[in-house]
Amino acid sequence: MIRLMRFAAVSASLILLWHLLVVMTGLPPFILPGPMRVAAALTGNIELIGHHALVTIAEVLLGLGLGSLLGAMTAIGLAISPMARTLLRPMMVISQALPVFALAPLLTLWLGYGLWPKVIMALLIIYFPVTSAFFDGLMATPRGMLDLARVMNGQPWRIMAHIRIPAGLPGLASGLKLAAVYAPIGAIIGEWVGASQGLGYLMLLANGRAKTDLMFAALIVIVIITLSLHASVDRLCRVLARRMQFDA
Amino acid sequence: MTGLHLEGNATIDGTAVFDGVSLPVENGRWTCLLGRSGVGKSTIMRLVAGLADHVRFTGRIDVDDGNRLEERVTLMAQQDSLLPWLNTVDNVLLGARLRGQRLDRVRASRLIDQVGLGEHQHKKPHALSGGQRQRVALARTLMEDRPVVLLDEPFSALDARVRAEMQELAAEHLAGRTVLLVTHDPGEAARLGDSIHVMTGTGLISVEPPSSPVIRAYDDPEVLACQGRLLRLLREAS
Repeated sequence: MIRLMRFAAVSASLILLWHLLVVMTGLPPFILPGPMRVAAALTGNIELIGHHALVTIAEVLLGLGLGSLLGAMTAIGLAISPMARTLLRPMMVISQALPVFALAPLLTLWLGYGLWPKVIMALLIIYFPVTSAFFDGLMATPRGMLDLARVMNGQPWRIMAHIRIPAGLPGLASGLKLAAVYAPIGAIIGEWVGASQGLGYLMLLANGRAKTDLMFAALIVIVIITLSLHASVDRLCRVLARRMQFDA
Repeated sequence: MTGLHLEGNATIDGTAVFDGVSLPVENGRWTCLLGRSGVGKSTIMRLVAGLADHVRFTGRIDVDDGNRLEERVTLMAQQDSLLPWLNTVDNVLLGARLRGQRLDRVRASRLIDQVGLGEHQHKKPHALSGGQRQRVALARTLMEDRPVVLLDEPFSALDARVRAEMQELAAEHLAGRTVLLVTHDPGEAARLGDSIHVMTGTGLISVEPPSSPVIRAYDDPEVLACQGRLLRLLREAS
């Protein structure tokens, strides 16, 4: 409740600041529309925005789900095999030097204008943070637990399933929280490069027609989607952590 | 027959950990190993447990019956290493679960009763006190039912009263097994040791244990005298 009130207070002050900025600078609405204008654009185009938002949400959720799955599986593979670590880790670091943004046109070229290039953009952007955070979590299993498991003659994959993965879940959780913020960025970039639907596409379209208020409305919806996604993932992780007694 | 004898020297990354050590661990009895920190007690423990990957060991570990030690050793350490997401019963069943064996819940439950945690079967570790958690670790050790038990300072983080209780509980339930106890507490060694060795930089010094059988009373004059002797040796050795 307190968090909600704090959130409302922050939002209200930001909107007020925005309003004052518009009034004081006297900028024309096609450069910087005021909050009232944007609110009107939002309610007036609710169906249009809603339609495009659903497309973006689908891309983000698919990218988030697939990217997390792939990232988690990679982290487990790296944790199991020292060979994979020596081979794959340098490759992963090098791949991070590649600007993912630059890949967006290529993906569009290869996969067309549909849903998948955006899903893959979101996936690519979250893959590394998820893998890296979960891998660190898996490697930080308390040594005493692993010693015990070895003396018990545990089978390696059972040790992974019963000890290392549960012990690494806080790492995965922090990776997922980052991913929830990054995934929408990936999807929007994908939409900018080539799309016929989605909030990123709508923003470009509105921009081209000097409908700055509609552009701002789409931007606000993106922010709301990202914040809700982050809050949901955060909540899920907290519930999980409580059930696993990690906070104890 | 699972008595064993460790003999040799060990280095880690080229630095000698111990040199010329000859440690007999008698079948079915308590052998206590004392020494200051860093003298190599834990390395000996890890060698016997098969956990000393990073140690270069030159020498041998002979077992009385000539068979391998693997799958005949169990370990209880200072950290209870209970899994925080499992309750008491499931923590006790961990070994069976990691080996993919049938989970004998009835036996686990009975052992938990025996260590005095009957009412705490379904609690998770965070809901237990330090002493109770070590009782769970003891039940987990008993559940493994292995002839050789390695105790690596298992009671040293407990307060004096709980420590005394745990020593008695362990002595009762581990009777008949081959136990190697590493400790830095002379009183504990004097109470529990059928044989007692002090590890120093130049090798092992064997100390005559009190004549009464274990577990001995804290205030037995012989125990107190032995404790004093051990403490003196520890101080002279450092």
